[in-house]
Amino acid sequence: MNTPVYLDFQATTPVDPRVLEAMLPYFTQVFGNAASRNHPFGWDAEKAVDNARAQCAALIGAHEKEIVFTSGSTEAINLALKGVAEMYGSKGKHIITSLSEHKAVLDVAKHLEKEGFEVTYLAPDKLGRHSVEQIEAAMRDDTILVAIMWANNEIGTIQSIAEIGKLCKERKVLFMCDGTQAAGKIPVNVDEAGVDLMCASGHKMYGPKGVGFLYVRRKNPRVRLVAQMDGGGHERGMRSGTLNVPGIVGLGAAADVARQDLEKDAKHSLQLRERFEARVFKALDQVFINGDKDNRLPGCSNLSFAYVEGESLIMGIPELAVSSGSACTSASLEPSHVLQSMGVGDELAHSSIRFGFGRLTTEEETDYAADQIIRAVIKLRELSPLYEMALEGIDLSQVNWTGH
Amino acid sequence: MAYSDKVLDHYNNPRNVGSLDKTSNAVGTGIVGAPECGDVMKLQIEVDGDRIVDAKFKTFGCGSAIASSSLATEWLRGKTLQEATAITNTEIVQELSLPPVKIHCSVLAEDAIKAAVSDFKRKHAGEDA
Repeated sequence: MNTPVYLDFQATTPVDPRVLEAMLPYFTQVFGNAASRNHPFGWDAEKAVDNARAQCAALIGAHEKEIVFTSGSTEAINLALKGVAEMYGSKGKHIITSLSEHKAVLDVAKHLEKEGFEVTYLAPDKLGRHSVEQIEAAMRDDTILVAIMWANNEIGTIQSIAEIGKLCKERKVLFMCDGTQAAGKIPVNVDEAGVDLMCASGHKMYGPKGVGFLYVRRKNPRVRLVAQMDGGGHERGMRSGTLNVPGIVGLGAAADVARQDLEKDAKHSLQLRERFEARVFKALDQVFINGDKDNRLPGCSNLSFAYVEGESLIMGIPELAVSSGSACTSASLEPSHVLQSMGVGDELAHSSIRFGFGRLTTEEETDYAADQIIRAVIKLRELSPLYEMALEGIDLSQVNWTGH
Repeated sequence: MAYSDKVLDHYNNPRNVGSLDKTSNAVGTGIVGAPECGDVMKLQIEVDGDRIVDAKFKTFGCGSAIASSSLATEWLRGKTLQEATAITNTEIVQELSLPPVKIHCSVLAEDAIKAAVSDFKRKHAGEDA
């Protein structure tokens, strides 16, 4: 076993060797521009792109003409939300989303607010879920879009996407779903779920970084977008810019492998997560699972260790590559906005760590990780005035703290 | 984030971890910070005459907060109360090479020292020095 052990599969994944192999010829041999119509170099590149398009479509139950390649999910989200807002802004100015969305959605929503749109940010329940009733209650006559993610990147909670999709259909409101964490990890079918727009990213599913796609429904209803990148009119005018052929080939291959191995991968990650949590819970008290324990991504375990602080905990496990909150916020001292939105107290939010188990994780690594975290928590609790007070029976919520 | 060797040393081998009897007249206790802010420091001193003969800490917080309070207990031992309250956060920052985002940890340690000293003094208010 090599250390550090990588347990941050929600942040990114390594490129699968099968994916890399598929990509390599497209750097040096088949290097044509997929938009070149006049020679075989261009035709071969275009053929490879079309093949990848079909592979991506197959993963999510879409038609290949509904796939728009982008540089990743963030770009796809920008295109979807801003593109819809611009196209349908004359019909209505209201958008509904969740406080627990990724920053890519929240920051675009904030941008749209500056452009004159009104955004309702729904708070999830304490497991990170949104009910259809909650979303319905927030809908107005001028609501044009609902943006709710399929599965959360920090806590792994899976939403009732099909129910939300059905509601949106009934109310003739477009439904955009961030599928970055879900695609390739759990079954995703945009038709069955009634999703109108969905993004995914290559590097979350053992493909390369810097490439992803936006699914844009073309029937019932046909979704139209205002392009956010003008240029040569690539991707049916929705996303100009020379196609990243090797990246797209890798994304397609990753989608293909993920589709074929979906059940196997999910079973593997789930088994390791259960093994890990059982070991941790046996050794430690006052550990809490963040998210929906029974309905979360198979490889995601977000735990709060009461009475210890997250950063010092991470420092105590230098042999584990894990994340405290999402990677995008780990440079700041703010507790995770996702945990805050679910009503997890700041104190427990500060002591949360996300463990991600993936295709390459072994049982040995899992046991090692559990033992490392157990050791660190015990040590830090010996150092913790809060643990001492709790053992003395002091109710910490009643203490008059000198906040700063 | 990269930690200085001194922070790592204090984190890996914290000095003077523990608790003194907070009800004892010879002990001053300072508890500063708040759980929701991510740091709580408990710093205790045992005083004989005017001199600190023992110091203990327990800290809930990041590595820099742990190191700041661990260092403070080292510095406090043997100091008079007056010398103790003269310790400033900038000295802690320098000693531990804390980056700007961690300066609040040193401020907290300074506050904890002052709180422990004033708790001790409160217990002895009205007595002749």
